[in-house]
Amino acid sequence: MTRIAAWGAIALGMLYFLMPLVGMAEFSLKMRRGVYSLDAYARVLGDPKFQETFGYSVVMAIFTILFGVLLVVPTAYWVRLKLPGARPYIEFVTLLPLVIPAIVVVFGYIRLYNTSSWLPLTGTAMGTNILLMFGYTTLALPYMYRAVDTGLRTIDVATMTEAAQSLGAGWITILARIILPNVLVAVLSGAFLTFAIVIGEFTMAALLNRPAFGPYMQLLGANRAYEPAALAVIAFAITWACMGLIQLVTRLSKHDRARN
Amino acid sequence: MSFLKLSHLEKSFGPNRVVKDFNLDVAKGEFVSLLGPSGCGKTTVLRMVAGFESVTSGGISIDGQDVVGQRPNQRNIGMVFQAYALFPNLTVAQNVGFGLRVKGVAHDAASARVHEMLTLIGLPDLGNRYPFQLSGGQQQRVALARALAPSPQVLLLDEPLSALDAKIRVSLRTEIREIQKELGITTIFVTHDQEEALSMSDRIVVMHKGIADQVGTPFDIYNRPTTRFVAGFVGTLNQFDATLIDPTNGSVEIAGTKVALARTINAREGAKIGLALRPEAIHLGRAAGRDVVLPGNIRDVHFMGSVIRITVNFAGGQISLDTFNRPSAPPPERGAAVVLSANATDFIVLSD
Ligand SMILES: Nc1ncnc2c1ncn2[C@@H]1O[C@H](COP(=O)(O)OP(=O)(O)OP(=O)(O)O)[C@@H](O)[C@H]1O
Ligand SMILES: [Mg+2]
Repeated sequence: MTRIAAWGAIALGMLYFLMPLVGMAEFSLKMRRGVYSLDAYARVLGDPKFQETFGYSVVMAIFTILFGVLLVVPTAYWVRLKLPGARPYIEFVTLLPLVIPAIVVVFGYIRLYNTSSWLPLTGTAMGTNILLMFGYTTLALPYMYRAVDTGLRTIDVATMTEAAQSLGAGWITILARIILPNVLVAVLSGAFLTFAIVIGEFTMAALLNRPAFGPYMQLLGANRAYEPAALAVIAFAITWACMGLIQLVTRLSKHDRARN
Repeated sequence: MSFLKLSHLEKSFGPNRVVKDFNLDVAKGEFVSLLGPSGCGKTTVLRMVAGFESVTSGGISIDGQDVVGQRPNQRNIGMVFQAYALFPNLTVAQNVGFGLRVKGVAHDAASARVHEMLTLIGLPDLGNRYPFQLSGGQQQRVALARALAPSPQVLLLDEPLSALDAKIRVSLRTEIREIQKELGITTIFVTHDQEEALSMSDRIVVMHKGIADQVGTPFDIYNRPTTRFVAGFVGTLNQFDATLIDPTNGSVEIAGTKVALARTINAREGAKIGLALRPEAIHLGRAAGRDVVLPGNIRDVHFMGSVIRITVNFAGGQISLDTFNRPSAPPPERGAAVVLSANATDFIVLSD
């Protein structure tokens, strides 16, 4: 009896998730009257604006991930190693981006770094890109930090560090050769979340006036019927491809097999 | 000429003095154990030598060079941890080669050295395994090889055997000692297991509350403990109070029985002094040549197999003694009146 109830609940949940997806996918195929076709997809993929904005966001995502990893891994490591008492405060700080709306952050940025400020980052396209990357990093911080911190929990950070130090290793060697490889799976799941956030982010990119994918989706959604649905399906496909990649990496990293 | 020299070493954590005026000279190639109960500061001393813990005051020098100001990765020290601490993302060979790679040793030379080390620890074929594919004993041997590969000046081991089960612990003891002798590496070994310390070491430092209570060979420590703590901590020991009758010839009185210890004792006449006697130095019944005889009655008999431990009540308290099991002679009954005999020279005079 409880088994049936459990399966029923699962089925209901699946319906809840899948129905809109199926509906949207179906709708995205109906651009040509009366028959299913991939016209909407062809339209979206063929749009130079799509290629441009998507390419821009992917590059931004990659830089955000690199910057995030360089920022978060050493920080989380250092906090675990030397300042365990500060962990609650650091965690609180990393949670702030969930509480402070992106629009507040970006207005703060614009006030601080406008063309008449001491560091006029918004004066150039490159400067604005860097600012946007900082913004994205902030938005991704809660996920990235938690993922890395959880990864660090699975190894004995202090003893690993001391073992490496007694073998002559300095901080950079320890981080690059011991700590990072051991939290790589955690870093990748953080990276994937960062990727998803950056690809979909609208507020910051729009207010900083950068040609990102988020504003493009919004524009398309406001003006077209079938293309946004096709775009959403494409976005889902990318997300799932990322998940598959994470699984693959987890599977391939041999030393993790024992733990999983 | 000492190779590793710790002089007046002190360590405080806040108001808590954990290591106090610790002095130790270790000769080149010597194997020294730090032995003591939990919390006495053994690990702290070792970590100061390794550089993981700052020194509150005092000096550490290796081969005449002061290392107190050096960071751990600048000191040429190999360390083996209780929890193995192998790098889980690296293979056995990569673990062993880590120190060489960090030092920039050329690839060919490094792999030759790694192979040499793996052969030394008896695992030449496991280079491609990951740590999780090894048993605890194998992991600890790899950790030893990893520590030794860069040819450190000093090897430090912090209770390397205590996470292993009894059989492997004993065999690895011998193995570590043999490797240490073969390489002639100066070694400090931390343990709270007296058997380990007694069987492996050239010298033992018995630590108590951050102080080096006694430093000596295993034979000295066991047979001639100088303080009550060492006497009580190493082996089982019967301790009694005695009154000094004559300091010059060491004549004392134990619970009404006069005993001539035949040595000068550094105390006033009439002073209370502490004496101790190993269980194996006491004989049940009279025996030729045993000049001290104490009457008593049997309190308890513990049959432990080849050895029988008997507790006897006598006027001055309790005494434990060991006799070997003999199938033809059953042990005495409880309450039976017996006499105990011992050699005056076996009495140990304790100086607190
Ligand atoms: N980082 C620290 N901060 C504060 N106190 C410490 C610290 N490390 C050790 N201590 C204290 O110093 C004392 C000695 O510790 P240490 O680890 O050297 O003992 P030990 O002899 O190695 O004991 P065990 O056999 O249990 O390993 C203990 O009382 C411990 O509580
Ligand atoms: Mg310890």
